[in-house]
Amino acid sequence: MLDPSLVTEVLQAALRTGGEFAEVFAEDARSSSARLDDGRVEEVTSGRSRGAGIRVVAGDTTGFAHTADLSPEGLRAAAEAASAVARRGGGGTVAVALAAAPEERTGVRVLPESVPKAAKVELLGRADAAARAAGGGVRQVSATYADNRRRILVANSEGLMAGDDQVKTRFAVQAVASGDTGLQTGRESHGLSRGFEFFDDFDVEEAGRLAATRALTKLRARPAPSGTLPVVIKSGGGGVLFHEACGHGLEADLVGKRASVFAGRLGEQVASPLVTLVDDGTVASEWGTYAIDDEGHPAARNVLIQDGVLTDYMYDFLRARSEGRPVSTNGRRQSYRHLPMVRMTNTFLVNGTEDPEEIIRQTPYGVYVAQLGGGQVNTTTGDFVFGMTEAYLIEDGQVTEPLRDANLIGNGPDALRLIDVVGNDFAMGPPGTCGKDGQGVPVGDGQPTLRVGALTIGGTAA
Amino acid sequence: MSAADGVEGLAALVVSWARPGEEVEAYVTRSRTTNVRAYQGEVESLSSAEPAGAGIRVVAGGRQGFAWAGTLDEGVLKETLEEARDNAAFGQPDRYAGVASPDGVVPPALDLVPQELRSTPTIAKVELALEVERAALARDPRVTGVRVATYADSYGEVAVATTTGIAAATEAAVCYVSVSPLVEGGGDTQIGSGVSAARAPSGLDLERAVADGVDRATRLLGATKPASRRVTAVLDPEVTAEFLAILGATLSGDAVLKGRSLFAGREGDAVASAAVTLVSDPTDPGAFDAGHIDGEGLARRRVTLIQGGALQGFLYDTASGRRAGRASTGAASRGYSSTPTVGAPALTLAAGRRGREELIAAVGDGVYVQEVSGLHSGVNPVSGDFSVGATGLVVRGGSLAEPFREATIASTLQRMLLDVGEVGADHEWLPGGPAGVTLVVHEVSLGGA
Repeated sequence: MLDPSLVTEVLQAALRTGGEFAEVFAEDARSSSARLDDGRVEEVTSGRSRGAGIRVVAGDTTGFAHTADLSPEGLRAAAEAASAVARRGGGGTVAVALAAAPEERTGVRVLPESVPKAAKVELLGRADAAARAAGGGVRQVSATYADNRRRILVANSEGLMAGDDQVKTRFAVQAVASGDTGLQTGRESHGLSRGFEFFDDFDVEEAGRLAATRALTKLRARPAPSGTLPVVIKSGGGGVLFHEACGHGLEADLVGKRASVFAGRLGEQVASPLVTLVDDGTVASEWGTYAIDDEGHPAARNVLIQDGVLTDYMYDFLRARSEGRPVSTNGRRQSYRHLPMVRMTNTFLVNGTEDPEEIIRQTPYGVYVAQLGGGQVNTTTGDFVFGMTEAYLIEDGQVTEPLRDANLIGNGPDALRLIDVVGNDFAMGPPGTCGKDGQGVPVGDGQPTLRVGALTIGGTAA
Repeated sequence: MSAADGVEGLAALVVSWARPGEEVEAYVTRSRTTNVRAYQGEVESLSSAEPAGAGIRVVAGGRQGFAWAGTLDEGVLKETLEEARDNAAFGQPDRYAGVASPDGVVPPALDLVPQELRSTPTIAKVELALEVERAALARDPRVTGVRVATYADSYGEVAVATTTGIAAATEAAVCYVSVSPLVEGGGDTQIGSGVSAARAPSGLDLERAVADGVDRATRLLGATKPASRRVTAVLDPEVTAEFLAILGATLSGDAVLKGRSLFAGREGDAVASAAVTLVSDPTDPGAFDAGHIDGEGLARRRVTLIQGGALQGFLYDTASGRRAGRASTGAASRGYSSTPTVGAPALTLAAGRRGREELIAAVGDGVYVQEVSGLHSGVNPVSGDFSVGATGLVVRGGSLAEPFREATIASTLQRMLLDVGEVGADHEWLPGGPAGVTLVVHEVSLGGA
């Protein structure tokens, strides 16, 4: 993407005012999407974004500038703007020796740009037809196909130079059903770090049927209960619980500022002994997977909680450097226009031993959540919230009536302690976008079926 | 390239490349941003940038295609138009598809770019971030730290041109300071958040941001989980603003036409209590999403959505308006990387007569909801199901009492509108878009222990 000698020159320019670390992050991203709504392919969209972000660190201060102009002049101007924060002077010329030219990796078989647009658009109509055929109550269907390819190059003044070629493909269907009780919605989405071969194993018609069936089922849903109950979460339906309940609280930038309930608790029992939590950017093809993070370091598997004991936090380069420890390769950014910070990759609870059917049978009364929606956490208090988009009542050990949408609320450390049984049916969940300080990045999550002894259900029924 | 001929000239240039028989729309934008984060008396980061981009829409034979690029390079814009043209071939024909045409409505006269912002040096912006952090630490002995203190500003210009005769441009600036103080007391830790926004730095109220951030956190110290019950809720102005933003999505003409709104077919009906008059007014200079033109280049305008509880109508962009047999209400919302969608800019409730204290006194017993969470996951604007996490203070004997947390507030959007008891007098535009005002809502389900 950029000539190594130009990168060297820009890094040297960035350090001229006395900064002690400089980094060039160049990105060339292309995306395409197609959307069907109201029975018609409304539009096909293509996007392109290309540029570089330059960061200079001097003491505890980071200067950052970005440019869409990858010419030597554009990069020099950005380097000058970023280095303005380091005013110690006397920087002179700093030698920068970059490692061998970067090697871009991709495990992708069919690059999205090699696929005719007609083939992408055709998937939408099939999903639409399948959803509409699922029942007479289906009133509206929308379907989205989206792919993106993001090539990055990272080089820094410590000699690191690395690249990655990240391809992702995603498909989603949303259905609206109408009945005596008003309107209800159902959704199915899936996405992986793969090319168009994603559709070899993903059936768009099945996705359409699933979305429609969820909406139709909810037409006969009753209001969710209000109050504290045991909650059983289906495998692959609730990894977001761990993302919110403790994942964010284990990000070292928040821990370092003591804005996390998990600060200062390494080595302590913070969860039920049934909980082993991992953040792993190396899982083949998963949504939150990459070869290198956005600071150029190879992705890693990090065990955060082992048998309930807090073993480690997640780090980016700056936070790891200030603590004198290795990075955990969780330094990510939304685009070249953003500074990196500590972010999760694929965060999941590892398998337990219980038969999932048995978990339901052993629950006299509670809520069975087949799919959680998005969530949110206050890391300082640990209080989290997330939506149940597909949930049922459990009565006498049986899954019975569907429930209308409602939020679940709890406290991270409490919920982790209250996990009293973990199933043996691990599955990853749908693709997610994690938002933090205004930046969104793709993340994955997963878990086996499990039960939390008590969570608060925000319904309207007594 | 000077600012004068910049985005407008480029938009016109793209449109001049149109072929006979096709409609082309160019949406071109460029901005300048500064972001300073302070931490422990030092600048943690200083970012400055001039992002720019263009989105190009082509409609030919009722088929729409779109492409965008994060640059204003002329060669790339040519390729982007080609790509949009190629994409149009894969859309399915829609007789309502098309770009906007001039409708004769004159954009509101608004000055959204004070000279002062252009002339504020970076060092003064850095000082604002440092000052807001210092002030937060000094305000209360229970403040143990500040997670982040920020000063940020942006100045943006947008031009829209079409082959149908639209040639419009606008510019706007906004700046803000925000602070997230950590407070500790009685073995409990809380984090607060305070913001002040303005068009230029002299309009920022640092003391207000700090007071909001610190006081909203300290008053939650020692909060416990409340008992589940039906209550009257008094919504903080910030919570009301978030509620209005969700309501806005249900009043989109596009959602109504496609069977995705609980208000479809209800025009003229009493959908809310008589206390509710809801207006979208981006022509109000006080609104942070005030503007001259919408995302299709049409004049922004004031639209009454609910009057005295009765549903008056919906918001439309060009395509949804055509489909409904109505004119666009100038409500097209977009960035350069997407086609227009119907937005609900500058939503505001008509203010009532009593202030917050009087409303709380009148309610007697209930809860004051200071903050809600999980709005994006717990509220379904299609079905109307409403369930959010809530923190705040118990209202007892007409006064604010002990704090609560880890609770939920649930109802449906339909019920909440009908259950509005009173709108406060404390109307204020907030940085998020809608106006904040204290709101009394009866009969919500409080979920807790």
